[in-house]
Amino acid sequence: MAAPSSHISIRKHDGVIRIDFVDRNILDELNIHQIGEELLKSVESEFKPKVVIVFANVEHLSSAAFGTLMKFLERVKSRDGQLRLCELKPRVLEGFTITKLNRLFAIHDSYQAAADSFK
Amino acid sequence: MATSLPAFRCDETLRELRQGLESVQDTIATALSARDYEEGAMFAIRLAIEEAIVNAFRHGNRSDPKKVVFFRAEIDDREARFEVEDQGPGFDPRTIPDPTDEDNIEIPSGRGVMLIRAYMSSVEYVKPGNRLRMSYVKGAVPSA
Repeated sequence: MAAPSSHISIRKHDGVIRIDFVDRNILDELNIHQIGEELLKSVESEFKPKVVIVFANVEHLSSAAFGTLMKFLERVKSRDGQLRLCELKPRVLEGFTITKLNRLFAIHDSYQAAADSFK
Repeated sequence: MATSLPAFRCDETLRELRQGLESVQDTIATALSARDYEEGAMFAIRLAIEEAIVNAFRHGNRSDPKKVVFFRAEIDDREARFEVEDQGPGFDPRTIPDPTDEDNIEIPSGRGVMLIRAYMSSVEYVKPGNRLRMSYVKGAVPSA
């Protein structure tokens, strides 16, 4: 069942935590702190979490958003978990390429491909 | 024959990050759209303005509520030029560690200036480093 919050929705299915951003411009500087808190909370009671973040709705990623994602990746790893990103629009993917963060994150075309990569 | 709009100019004093950023972004988007800047240009400029203003408030002014940020823009049919000036002591952009180096890749900060350079046609910090000048030229190759 979906657990709605102001900026992200979190669902767990077949052992995978799926996180969707609710609206397309949510990843700007003005909301990023709150998003970061919500992301960290999503894995606080999980052991070895398998997490997929779906970017289908996201049009824009700021440097602050990259920083928040990196902190979240660190948190997931600290719990022996794994994080996948998927469904990035070309401009969002371009940001990862420019900053070379595509080397740090596992990025997949679709949610299914990301979820299957845990198997 | 198409007639071009007169250049758009603005000179704003931003006293608070959230309100200042929203106001500036709306104004600039309207001016760009009226001068036929395409979607990719609008995206690049929006991102660069956001990074520059956030840096000015957070790093330049160190979030001091008594300090303001000056934002200036001049937009014509060919080029959009911007200045963002904070009231901090300035900095030398050469001292920013390269966030793409292997040693720095996992550090979660320091990518704002890099994104600005990647998306804008020219970027310059005016000494002592508290005033950023940047421009986007239609059809030009980005500066980075």
